[in-house]
Amino acid sequence: MLNIRMLSIRNLKAAINGMEILKGINLEVNEGEVHAIMGPNGSGKSTLAAVLAGRDIFTVTGGEIFFDGKPLLGMAPEIRARSGIFLGFQYPVEIPGVSMVNFMRTAINEQRKYRELPEMSASDFLKLMRDKKALMEIDSALASRSVNEGFSGGEKKRNEIFQMAMLEPRLAILDETDSGLDIDALKTVAIGVNRLRRPDNAMIVITHYQRLLDYIVPDFVHVLSAGRIVRSGDKTLAYELEEKGYDWIKEENQE
Amino acid sequence: MNGDQDPIINQVTQREYKYGFITVLDNDALPKGLNEDIICQLSAKKDEPEWMLEIRLKAFRYWLTMKLPEWAHLKIPVIDYQDIIYYSAPKSKKPTGRFEDVDPELLKTFDKLGIPLDEQKHLSGFAVDAVMDSISVKTTFKESLADVGIIFSSFSDAVREHPDLIRKYMGSVVPYRDNFYAALNSAVFSDGSFVFIPKGVRCPMELSTYFRINAANTGQFERTLIVAEEGAYVSYLEGCTAPKRDKNQLHAAIVEIVAHTDAEVKYSTVQNWYPGDKNGKGGIYNFVTKRGICLGDRSKISWTQVETGSAVTWKYPSCILRGDSSVGEFYSVAVTNNHQQADTGTKMIHIGKNTHSTIVSKGISAGKGQNSYRGLVRVSKNAENARNYSQCDSLLLGDQCGAHTFPYIEVDNQSAIVEHEATTSKIGEDQIFYCNQRGIDTETAIGLIVNGYAREVLNKLPMEFAVEAQKLLQISLEGSIG
Ligand SMILES: Nc1ncnc2c1ncn2[C@@H]1O[C@H](COP(=O)(O)OP(=O)(O)O)[C@@H](O)[C@H]1O
Ligand SMILES: [Mg+2]
Repeated sequence: MLNIRMLSIRNLKAAINGMEILKGINLEVNEGEVHAIMGPNGSGKSTLAAVLAGRDIFTVTGGEIFFDGKPLLGMAPEIRARSGIFLGFQYPVEIPGVSMVNFMRTAINEQRKYRELPEMSASDFLKLMRDKKALMEIDSALASRSVNEGFSGGEKKRNEIFQMAMLEPRLAILDETDSGLDIDALKTVAIGVNRLRRPDNAMIVITHYQRLLDYIVPDFVHVLSAGRIVRSGDKTLAYELEEKGYDWIKEENQE
Repeated sequence: MNGDQDPIINQVTQREYKYGFITVLDNDALPKGLNEDIICQLSAKKDEPEWMLEIRLKAFRYWLTMKLPEWAHLKIPVIDYQDIIYYSAPKSKKPTGRFEDVDPELLKTFDKLGIPLDEQKHLSGFAVDAVMDSISVKTTFKESLADVGIIFSSFSDAVREHPDLIRKYMGSVVPYRDNFYAALNSAVFSDGSFVFIPKGVRCPMELSTYFRINAANTGQFERTLIVAEEGAYVSYLEGCTAPKRDKNQLHAAIVEIVAHTDAEVKYSTVQNWYPGDKNGKGGIYNFVTKRGICLGDRSKISWTQVETGSAVTWKYPSCILRGDSSVGEFYSVAVTNNHQQADTGTKMIHIGKNTHSTIVSKGISAGKGQNSYRGLVRVSKNAENARNYSQCDSLLLGDQCGAHTFPYIEVDNQSAIVEHEATTSKIGEDQIFYCNQRGIDTETAIGLIVNGYAREVLNKLPMEFAVEAQKLLQISLEGSIG
């Protein structure tokens, strides 16, 4: 297989309110790969995702990120999104009064404009919406509701996957999409993700638990602890973690 | 931006006010200043009957005895009423009401504003009365509406052509003694529209008046009267703009609505007067008295307003629910950006039995804007089973603006149910980032979020206006976020 490099993170350091959270992250992601990032609460998983997406409450204090060969740091978050980076939020945000249709249509057309494609017609858009709802097995009432407003925890997570299906990102970062889901919801999310896996895209799946990885089989597993990747391996690393618990990593680190 | 700052900062830049152009016209104007002589001249220019002049003079004499209201949450510099021109009219050929006779410069101006006065080019389903400074320039579809008995004309024409109706209804809802600005308006009112929908007629098109202030140092004193007879229905719209000028200009209007038994009147406003520049220089002072009376049983009056313009807004469209089972509604979105101030709300006066009222107010403040909701719900002694529901929400963009709510509730009947809900929220930085992450830039994101917030009100506007209003909301907040 020809490995086309998509994302390079080199010695990335980031802080919030003067407190360093990421302490030198290195990660390489190629086309067609699925990477899982695991780690205890507070280890910096969401921070890493947010920094990749360009959230400015975090200050990057060192290192570099390249996405498709271009430096990512300093790029506005909407430009990153339009270039193909998608973040599935751990805590999706409610936007009262803004319908999913309007929200998605604005997003898609902004992204198309950036890629110098013509605006999508209303009928093409609605057809796309129908197709993706069917593909993701999403309740069709969802589209007529306001963005995440009054959604249950599970509905919010499924809505993230639905948006990912609509936007067809090159790189999707899913931040604990599995947390708080019962096993059925987890399966629907996983089925959706698997249907979106393609040789020319990539995913970073952040999870606290191994169980998601029974359904989304990763090519690589990384363990994040206290702002550093302390272990990388294949999917068996996830089983090992499950068996021995995160204390194992922490202890090993202290040695 | 970094973590040390509030990420939503008011790095206020000049927003583009696209209606700020000036039309160069030859004006027929009275000299500055206000006295009985000016009022007599004004009345003469309008070719008014004696009784109208008498009303004006009575109002003027009363106004002289009045004091400025000071209860509003507004900082208003002293206005020198002698430094204002009270009559200024574009000098065209004698106004004949015929399209061919309207000054081409005026047609161009209204074309530029998106209001074609040529009936061939009209917005489908709309009839327009176009008012520039002190006079009505042209009223479209006047003749075809007259065929079904509807009177839609400039107020000045109505004074001459329908004196009996004007004498019967004018001042019946807002008497000149009502308040300072109402007295001033009654003395010097310039033009506006008169609408009369006869018994049982549903007006086949939306009626609208477009107000334009053009001349400098001129006040505009609009006067509008809408009467819906038994079972009649009309939807009426009002729009307004003014050129960018460094000096403040005064707009003091009166709008009266009378709804007889089973009649319904919907009144919508998209107010976009020049708001002043980013430093608070210039802009319109907008002092408006709008009131409707539900005279007959089961009548209904509904006010919808989108207030984005003016340096100062003082405005409380109200309903007097006299008929049994009558209904009053007030839906409002008010935006204040930069140094704009708004003190707006409504009064719902329940007098008849089983009367219902609904109030939905959405305030949006950005920059150094100050936005106040002021509302009164009064249930009188005999108003059995009155119901009111009020919801007042405030949205803040940044931390230098202010939102205030002053709800007054007076209930004299035990059977009344009055509910009031109020919320204040900030546009979340997390909401903006969520939009950014989907590829939507911050300006567009704010537009989306604000329009979502105001949707309940925007939905009440006729379709064509709703689209305009959405754009306007977005434009009026441009530059409000750093
Ligand atoms: N907005 C924030 N303000 C202050 N501290 C934060 C913020 N977000 C994250 N942190 C801190 O950064 C560390 C890592 O958090 P996070 O990236 O959310 O971890 P994880 O996703 O692995 O649970 C934690 O100590 C957390 O308290
Ligand atoms: Mg997290």
